Amino acid sequence: MPKLSYLKALNRAIGDEMDRDEAVCVFGEDVGVAVTHATAGLLKRFGPDRVLDTPISEQAFTGFATGAALAGLRPLIEFQIPALLFLVFEQIANQAHKFSLMTGGQTRVPVTYLLPGSGSRESWAGQHSDHPYSLFAHVGVKTVVPATPADAYGLLATAIRDDDPVVVFAPSGALGVREDLDPAALVPVPLGVGRIHRSGTDVTVVAVGHLVHDALAVAEELAGTVSVEVFDPRTLFPFDWSGLAASLERTGRLVVVDDSNRTCGIGGEIIATAAEEMRLIAPPRRVTRPDGAVLPFARELDLACQPTRAQLRAAVEKAVGAG
Amino acid sequence: MADPTTGPTADPATDPAAALYRTVALVRGFEQRAVELVRAKVVPGGIHPYTGQEAIAAGTCAALRPDDVITSTHRGHGHVLAKGADPARTMAELAGRTTGLNRGRGGSMHAADFGVGVLGANAIVGAAVPIAAGAAWAFRRAGSDRVALSYFGDGAVSQGVVLEAFNLAALWRVPLVLVCENNGFATSMRTADTVAGSILGRAAAFGIPARTVDGTDPEAVRDATAEAVARARAGGGPTLLECTAYRFDAHHTWEHTARPRYRTDEEVAAGRARDPLEIQGARIPAATRAAIDAQVAELLDRAVRFACEGPHPDPATALDHLYATGMRARAGVR
Ligand SMILES: Cc1ncc(C[n+]2csc(CCOP(=O)(O)OP(=O)(O)O)c2C)c(N)n1
Repeated sequence: MPKLSYLKALNRAIGDEMDRDEAVCVFGEDVGVAVTHATAGLLKRFGPDRVLDTPISEQAFTGFATGAALAGLRPLIEFQIPALLFLVFEQIANQAHKFSLMTGGQTRVPVTYLLPGSGSRESWAGQHSDHPYSLFAHVGVKTVVPATPADAYGLLATAIRDDDPVVVFAPSGALGVREDLDPAALVPVPLGVGRIHRSGTDVTVVAVGHLVHDALAVAEELAGTVSVEVFDPRTLFPFDWSGLAASLERTGRLVVVDDSNRTCGIGGEIIATAAEEMRLIAPPRRVTRPDGAVLPFARELDLACQPTRAQLRAAVEKAVGAG
Repeated sequence: MADPTTGPTADPATDPAAALYRTVALVRGFEQRAVELVRAKVVPGGIHPYTGQEAIAAGTCAALRPDDVITSTHRGHGHVLAKGADPARTMAELAGRTTGLNRGRGGSMHAADFGVGVLGANAIVGAAVPIAAGAAWAFRRAGSDRVALSYFGDGAVSQGVVLEAFNLAALWRVPLVLVCENNGFATSMRTADTVAGSILGRAAAFGIPARTVDGTDPEAVRDATAEAVARARAGGGPTLLECTAYRFDAHHTWEHTARPRYRTDEEVAAGRARDPLEIQGARIPAATRAAIDAQVAELLDRAVRFACEGPHPDPATALDHLYATGMRARAGVR
């Protein structure tokens, strides 16, 4: 079977959705030559009316996409770096997200914001290494973090078809992942439905994005001694709370691994909800970036701020030991 | 006219033409070494090479005083060096060593040296322009005649924050020199495809005097900057200089492997033909040029050695300096 890379899966999802629906169009910097590869070939295939290179005007083209959406289009915006979300936060959180409610349901804003390369790219330093998905979940914007090529395809396709604004974070740590896949098997994946990558009975590890692969590796390392269930929420808002509850019914123990800052990060929300509403037989644990982390440039410092397999393994062992 | 290149040797310490040549040669050589170190994986993360634009850094900084300040861009090594930062510590920063300008915390895109008036390279396009404006305003408010100079690309003139900064600076007659480096491209996009109207027109809208300068000629850049700086010191407010040049190399070193096609080899060859190094080199005695070249090469050999010998930072110190008060952040695991 052909190997499909994560980046190619994103590229294929955009192309397929543009084929399916004339209203889908793409905005972004250097999307014509596809510097991130996610938009490769699209300009040639669909022309400059549907694939537009924008000036470096993120605030403007993000609001512009909202307007185009109000007028019936379904824009996808590609951002080259995750920190640009801080520039356009107003346009997404205060405009696109609020339109439907503030107009009493008169309109909708079907815009997709795609971040191919979120999180650390190793030594891209302070302003290029953020992974700000928790912020969007906090304001209630639909927030998606696929871990595998098939999910990247399926979730991006769904995001484009969704009638609300959706931010899709493609972690740089996942872009190189490849999967044996029959292209015909690529289908949309619903938002709000988690995926169990490996079942287990002792502890549930909730892993976000590229950390799913680390969680699977740790589960394998511990296979002889601890039975680890790896739960990938796939979308952080909406979150598959019933899927998590079902998993905790089986295991009763919870560890969350999440590459965002600890305070007010999604990991805290997952643990709080589990503590309030679900079956827990041991204190839950989380592995995250430190509070307020700004990733330093030097490679060893950059890595020191991100969750590691060793930390996850220790947290799993603690969670199990405490049971 | 006499050929300046056959005259007696000149001393860069006292001869302005030789000094300008030395800065251009230093920046050119530094960028070449840095690209080599990226390939050798000594410099992680890659760099945005400044090759072809050296006259802008050299000319502008030659018109500034040591106590004036600059803000810089993602393509910032040239500015940082021209303002007077130590090449060895700058290279060590690119290599992520504790001996670097920012102790290995900032890297290529954030190189800063407050000791020589570099308030930081900035990786968010356009973001440093209001920062420079604020610093300049604070100087005025403190009663000094220091000025700030902000570099930004042609791509940055489409950022709202840049135009908002133009408005504040003009409104409050801030002692600021705005240097737009028009190298023809914003990554793959040509200036004409991203800028409606003109760059000078944007300044005109705010009543800011503006002119286009040949950014491959260090002396033309220096003279234009000197005028703008004089106006700023005298309370005349901001000036915009659009310095035109051609980016010789890739947007970023990833391009050396990914090779997106947005310009032809012929176009690059034509752009490279107007070379600031040759333009300034032709203005000084050949023997002076040779002496400077040798001195710069030796300086850079030492810089590379210094960078490679510097210790890597200890991972336990990853979030040192996060808070100026020394407050410690909670770790991600306990
Ligand atoms: C606000 C913002 N948008 C996008 C980027 C990604 N990016 C980095 S450099 C660059 C092009 C900048 O072009 P220009 O301002 O002309 O400067 P040049 O690279 O030509 O020196 C882009 C789009 C960024 N760093 N910041």
